[in-house]
Amino acid sequence: MEIKKTGVAGTLESSDIQVMISKGSNGIEIELDSEVKKAYGDQIEKVITETIKNYGLNDVKVKAVDKGALDCVIKARTLAAAQRATETSDQPDLEVL
Amino acid sequence: MTYIKNRIRRTMMFVPGNNPAMIKDAGIYGADSIMLDLEDSVSLTEKDAARMLVYEAIKTVDFGNSEIVVRVNGQDTPFYDEDVKAMVKAGVDVIRLPKTESAAMIQKLVKDIEHWEDEFDIEKGSIGVMAAIESAKGVLHAPEIAESSSLMMGLAVSGEDYTADMHTHRFPDGRELEFARNMVLQAARAADVYAFDTVFSNMKDTEGFYRETNYIHELGYDGKSLVNPRQIEMVNKVFNPTKEEIENAQNVQNTIREAKLKGSGVISMNGKMVDKPVVEKANRVLEIAKASNLIDEEGNYIGE
Amino acid sequence: MENKVKRNLPDDLMEEMDLKPFESANIGHPEVQRVAPKVRVTTGQNKIADSLEEVIKENLKDGMTISFHHHFRNGDFAFNKVMDLIIKLGYKDLTLAPSSLTGVMNDKIIEAIKKGVITNITSSGMRGSLGDFVSHGGLKNPVIFRSHGNRARSIEEGEIKIDIAFLGVPISDPAGNANGQEGDAVFGSLGYALMDAQYANKVVLLTDNVVPYPNTPASIKQDQVDYIVKVDQIGDPDKIGSGATRFTKDPKELKIAQMVNQVIVNSPYFKEGFSFQTGSGGAALAVTRYLRQAMLDKGITASFAVGGITKPTTDLLEEGLVRKVMDVQDFDKGAAQSMAKNRDQQEIDASWYADPHNKGAVVNNLDVSILSALQIDTDFNVNVMTGSDGVIRGAVGGHQDSAAGAKMTIITAPLVRGRNATVVPSVETVVTPGESIDVLVTERGIAINPKRQDLIESFQKVPGLKILDIHDLQKMAEKQVGVPKPLEYTDRTVALVEYRDGSIIDVIKQVKD
Repeated sequence: MEIKKTGVAGTLESSDIQVMISKGSNGIEIELDSEVKKAYGDQIEKVITETIKNYGLNDVKVKAVDKGALDCVIKARTLAAAQRATETSDQPDLEVL
Repeated sequence: MTYIKNRIRRTMMFVPGNNPAMIKDAGIYGADSIMLDLEDSVSLTEKDAARMLVYEAIKTVDFGNSEIVVRVNGQDTPFYDEDVKAMVKAGVDVIRLPKTESAAMIQKLVKDIEHWEDEFDIEKGSIGVMAAIESAKGVLHAPEIAESSSLMMGLAVSGEDYTADMHTHRFPDGRELEFARNMVLQAARAADVYAFDTVFSNMKDTEGFYRETNYIHELGYDGKSLVNPRQIEMVNKVFNPTKEEIENAQNVQNTIREAKLKGSGVISMNGKMVDKPVVEKANRVLEIAKASNLIDEEGNYIGE
Repeated sequence: MENKVKRNLPDDLMEEMDLKPFESANIGHPEVQRVAPKVRVTTGQNKIADSLEEVIKENLKDGMTISFHHHFRNGDFAFNKVMDLIIKLGYKDLTLAPSSLTGVMNDKIIEAIKKGVITNITSSGMRGSLGDFVSHGGLKNPVIFRSHGNRARSIEEGEIKIDIAFLGVPISDPAGNANGQEGDAVFGSLGYALMDAQYANKVVLLTDNVVPYPNTPASIKQDQVDYIVKVDQIGDPDKIGSGATRFTKDPKELKIAQMVNQVIVNSPYFKEGFSFQTGSGGAALAVTRYLRQAMLDKGITASFAVGGITKPTTDLLEEGLVRKVMDVQDFDKGAAQSMAKNRDQQEIDASWYADPHNKGAVVNNLDVSILSALQIDTDFNVNVMTGSDGVIRGAVGGHQDSAAGAKMTIITAPLVRGRNATVVPSVETVVTPGESIDVLVTERGIAINPKRQDLIESFQKVPGLKILDIHDLQKMAEKQVGVPKPLEYTDRTVALVEYRDGSIIDVIKQVKD
């Protein structure tokens, strides 16, 4: 799997998270902005990292703006952003789910 | 989650498939069915994201006792295949096909579902299908659509698209929908599947909502599609059986019980024969009475 | 040391300030000695001051305690006018002891703290930038948070000694007979300010509306008032109503309100002559509306409603469904205006309303109280003071008082807010002890305090009312949002939360960032 462009998914509405995925060079680097960063920052980053790894991506820059999203939303938005970044949205690989 | 053909389906609440806040809370309102929407409420550019969101939500969110229906995108769109595939994998209860116009369309859907059930090693027949009837053609083909598959759960009238197809629009008195409503209901009843009325979207017009719901209840519809959780209670109110109906239904059940004890073949009540439709109606009445807390565990009437 | 709600209190501070740990919500029958203010005798001529600055210069000294009321809420012009001058005149070491603090005062207080003008604060609560500032250690001495009833008690017993009370009013005569019901910036009941008027050594009224003597009805009376200062405008009428008094359309809030109504109607207290308190906020207003219908259906009327009053409540008064409104504060213009025309809308002061050390407060006559929570834990302890990030963003208000007094206290809260669980294993800050809480209503079901077996029995029979163990609700919330990382605090105490009797129920520590 290869990142072809910057992929963004999600909104800035309450309970959502906006995830932006672009090409990186140094593993998975996450820049997280969240109103619950103190309590859930680690967990949010863990979900994003695992989802991206499962998707078969290794060097990725992630920018995420979280508005109190649950894990399932974080996972869904990360996947959607990854699909967009790899231009596979038309035929996403559901094996990673 | 597994598809159950017969259950109470008075309320089918629409929830936009790309809205995490609404999806998260959809389970708290006691809707009989929740319809997560990938079609009209999701913009073309967000189809892929909504699909992922609904998938994850079905896997993790607590929707209470509600049945989970997903409206996929139409078969004429590039999103249909992936929608069906993802929803089968997610383990949805029912897939709703929009713009259904023929039995073949439903048969294609069932075939596609079966294909992915095979692929993902899911037991066949664990997902039901339903058809949204949204055009003149669909209405005229309602009978064959209703009978198109043993997995058919029901038919739903979709008023907005249908009236547009008929070169009209929605009116408060609903006369423009008269034929469609009757046709779809007849088709559903003849095929022994459920019938759902269209949405009523003006939240300010409570009176109009009750008028329409009373009307479709009188016609014999099983339930109504809803756009707002606040409408659930209103629909349930309309669908609640009266005290007399409940008592009558209880009499029917008692009579059957007694007749079984006595071992008598022909069952009669007040000089009339108790046949299958009477029994089924009694069961339906009591099921709704229980769901609406009109009777307690022992069957005593506790409604207002 | 640990108090009865298992909160660790800093020994050094407890000793240094001679504080007692919280023991019980049961106050008992102690004998207490009240104090009286100093009075500078005058015949009451020429109370109208030439300028606010003169009044301050003549009366204020470093180290004194000054007070304000918060009835204007975010429409308050009095506070900043006074504080501006006090800061300009270079005073030091003042104690600020208002009935509560609203957002519009925040910037000025932070400025005053930074300049050493204010070094101590006691209040019902604080929010926004000020709460943030204090939680990050901006004020050296710990803030003391007191409930409305406790503030009344503290003033009566001399724990809060107000040197000068600056009280904004929408109308007064030249002698100081004033009320909150007439003029441009009406807010209705002067309930909290009446304590200051009665007990402060000096009382300064600020008003934009001086009318000929005598002005009646007089809530604040001429015998209590030293000065009257005329200002151009005392408040912004549009910002006095708290924002949250509109009827909610949020289906989740409506669902909770409906369940609260079910709880009330099926409780043993819902009978002719029952009494209730609801707060502001969408769900509370919706409860009032559902309750109205239930009262009509059952042919029941309420003897009284108490607390912060809103228009839906005064509508019930006009409809005859509520016989009296015991009014310590009005949350919207409708309720404020109603006071002027309804003699059954009785203005009550904070002591009458909620004081634990008197001969019986209105809250003790209360059947049902509906209160909110930022967090509630599996011991039913409630936090209305700090957010899930540990930062101060709330107020005790009448929470402790109403919960202690009412026969049935209902907490309404969504199970989760965003990603924050509301039902938690242990609240960040205990404000109201679980022993005062009877029922928790969330959108996923209700929990009943196990000590109320009688209520469990009543509600078990109610069809459709889902009763859960509070631990199950907590787990349900946790399943949704996950387990948060524990917050980190420094050792420094930035605020003390008093219980109604002055004992310490919890402390708030400085947050680590």
